[in-house]
Amino acid sequence: MSDAILSLEHLSVRLPEGADRPYALSDVSLSIASNEILCVVGESGSGKSMMANAIMRLLPNEVRIEHGRMLFEDRDLCAADVAEMREVRGAGIAMIFQEPMTALNPLRTIGDQIGEMFSIHTELSNAEINARVLALLADVRIPDPKLAAKAYPHELSGGQRQRAMIAMALALDPKLLIADEPTTALDVTTQAQILKLIRDLQQRKQTAVLFITHDFGVVAEIADRVVVMQHGRIVEQGTAGEVLNQPTHPYTKQLIAAVPPLKAPPPRPLSSQNILTISNVSKTYRTGGFLGRGARITAAVRDASLELPKGATLGIVGESGSGKSTLARCIVRLIDPDTGSIVLNGKDWAKLSREEVRRETRHIQMVFQDPFASLNPRRKAAELVAQGPIVHGTPRATAIAEARKLFELVGLDPSAGDRYPHEFSGGQRQRIGLARALALKPEVLVADEPVSALDVSVQAQVLKLLADLRQRLGLSIIFITHDLRVAAQICDLVAVMKDGAVVEHGVAAEVFGNPQHPYTPALLDSIPGGEFAREHETVSM
Amino acid sequence: MDALKRYFRSPAAVIGLILLLIVIAMAISAGWLYPRDPLSLAGRPLIWPFASPRFLLGTDNSGRDIAAQIFYGARISLLIGGVATAIAILIGILVGAFAGYYGGWVDNILMRITDAFQTLPNFVLLLVLVAVFGSTLTTVTIAVGIVSWPAPARLTRAEFLSLRNREFVQAGRTLGMRDVKIILGEILPNALPPVIVYASVVMAVAILLESALAFLRLSDPNVASWGNLIGLGRDVLRVQWYVSAIPGIAILATVLAVSLVGQGLNDALNPRLKSR
Repeated sequence: MSDAILSLEHLSVRLPEGADRPYALSDVSLSIASNEILCVVGESGSGKSMMANAIMRLLPNEVRIEHGRMLFEDRDLCAADVAEMREVRGAGIAMIFQEPMTALNPLRTIGDQIGEMFSIHTELSNAEINARVLALLADVRIPDPKLAAKAYPHELSGGQRQRAMIAMALALDPKLLIADEPTTALDVTTQAQILKLIRDLQQRKQTAVLFITHDFGVVAEIADRVVVMQHGRIVEQGTAGEVLNQPTHPYTKQLIAAVPPLKAPPPRPLSSQNILTISNVSKTYRTGGFLGRGARITAAVRDASLELPKGATLGIVGESGSGKSTLARCIVRLIDPDTGSIVLNGKDWAKLSREEVRRETRHIQMVFQDPFASLNPRRKAAELVAQGPIVHGTPRATAIAEARKLFELVGLDPSAGDRYPHEFSGGQRQRIGLARALALKPEVLVADEPVSALDVSVQAQVLKLLADLRQRLGLSIIFITHDLRVAAQICDLVAVMKDGAVVEHGVAAEVFGNPQHPYTPALLDSIPGGEFAREHETVSM
Repeated sequence: MDALKRYFRSPAAVIGLILLLIVIAMAISAGWLYPRDPLSLAGRPLIWPFASPRFLLGTDNSGRDIAAQIFYGARISLLIGGVATAIAILIGILVGAFAGYYGGWVDNILMRITDAFQTLPNFVLLLVLVAVFGSTLTTVTIAVGIVSWPAPARLTRAEFLSLRNREFVQAGRTLGMRDVKIILGEILPNALPPVIVYASVVMAVAILLESALAFLRLSDPNVASWGNLIGLGRDVLRVQWYVSAIPGIAILATVLAVSLVGQGLNDALNPRLKSR
């Protein structure tokens, strides 16, 4: 391609010895033309972020480029020295990161940090720099640029911080913008706005964008061309339409099939008997203040009422800060609700004392979000699963034997019980977490974002397992998620939360098909990929 | 196993370990090499080192064998260092664990007590304790332990604060575990590595504190300790400087050994910090 801004030719990046594979990238060739958005998509560990860091020459010390060329403006970046790279970074190629909070310096104002781009690379006067900074902040549509320039990073919302990062990246009109999962840490409505912003700015400034993501929805939303990566190799590349609609490589097909579509499965008959009834639960946090003065009061959950029929799955969806996790923790009494009742099997769970909760806890169990943080790293897998029954009086040997049986139930090798958590992959760990919850034979399972830390293909497997277990064990599940596509897959009933309150609830197909509260369609519309997400073929659950 | 391999890769850590093993060997072999009481008169006073084949390291102002006192002193230093450290770490872990896990008023009360101990200089507090309870080996050891616990307590508390909200701790609670089991069985093993490393600092300080006390002649005079010998040598420091210098070197070597081992443990247990 003649008008290529950046082309990688047979690039190979070597990992240090002892890594899980010898090369982070092997024989990667691609090119980005000016004025196009190239999406690099792949699962975790596919080498996509390593590629971004290789282009910026920001690889960790023990990782090095073994061979290949990276041509940018007739210059081979592989051969550039430190001084040359300094000129390229920021001015020629700019980068935005996944987590804007950690990428910004917390001790300096936004305006100061953006202005630094000019003071390093240009000879502009302070007044000119200030004017440019304000113009940039207006460009990325931050509500009040003057105020935002004086603000510190923690004073802005996540979406505004990412806008500030984009402003900083675009300050010197770079030829190429590398965006490494820039919307992954954001809520879905904010994500939609940021994607639109990147698209608009790219078209106006004719910048080339290398957009790294794991989400095919985002790809469908923004990409001109797509590169699919697996294990450090490019398995397929082509225009967005080709790759999304006629994928040729089996891995691409598998990835696309694993993306959950936003279509509720046909409704299942629900029991008329409620196993869990939540009425008027509220939880308020008070922080700071002295003798009640100047305290900050946050209503995390406001007057939430929900019902869970026996054997059904109730999805609670909402953005971060909507109170869904707090509600889940109130239900299992990790947090004590201020008011309201939570009736399980005729007992008001909210009124029980700590000691009673401890004894009754086997009726209701929880699966956690983070498969890395939720397992004690110093215990073997079988022990982790057996812990619950042991606490409740089962002899150790029996509990361990039962744990091994549970391993089979959740699709793990029973011999894996002797291994430590760090020896398992994310998906396997989540299965261990599930086995641990099931070991107490609960009637209700509360799952807090159980699949959101997993790759999309693994996500599909875990969801399938959950649906299967629900059937076999007659479980009733409360499923907390921020991802409406996931909720549509598994939930019979859906409740939408916003600012601590349940704004809408009902049968999944009803809520998605005929939303009543204005917030629900707004949430549905911001799912990236629009038509693609609704229509594409998928594996049946 | 990996940690052990990483430990032996560092030359400083290996040297520290060898030094420490030598000191331990001295302590063990003292009774066998010098069967007589090290505090009994053995020969002429103030014989210079290497001057007499009977007294390899010479004799002190009252004619006692310095080599014998060094060997027996190793026992006292290790005993005080070990026991005082154990006391300090135990109190520290208990206070830190409960303060960190429960937070709120429990944390407030325990931490204000810790503050009270920390605001007083260690050594002054130690002097007070010894002045009140007398200076036998037991009271000195316990007193050294009691003045050393605040730092490990703060360290343990910090670890607990960051660990107590981890999901695996919450998982323990949803399984119905009692608080004590969560604190001791779930959180503590994860909080322990930095505390173990810090124990080496406590041990080195404990040995120094005892020596300082002995130098002021406030430690137990009825045992052969390095500090006592330095204190004795003070009177003849200008001419027969070796009386103070030899136990001084022994203390230096032991404290160095303990610190190097502690540093080595730290690097071995937190490999990521080292490469930074």
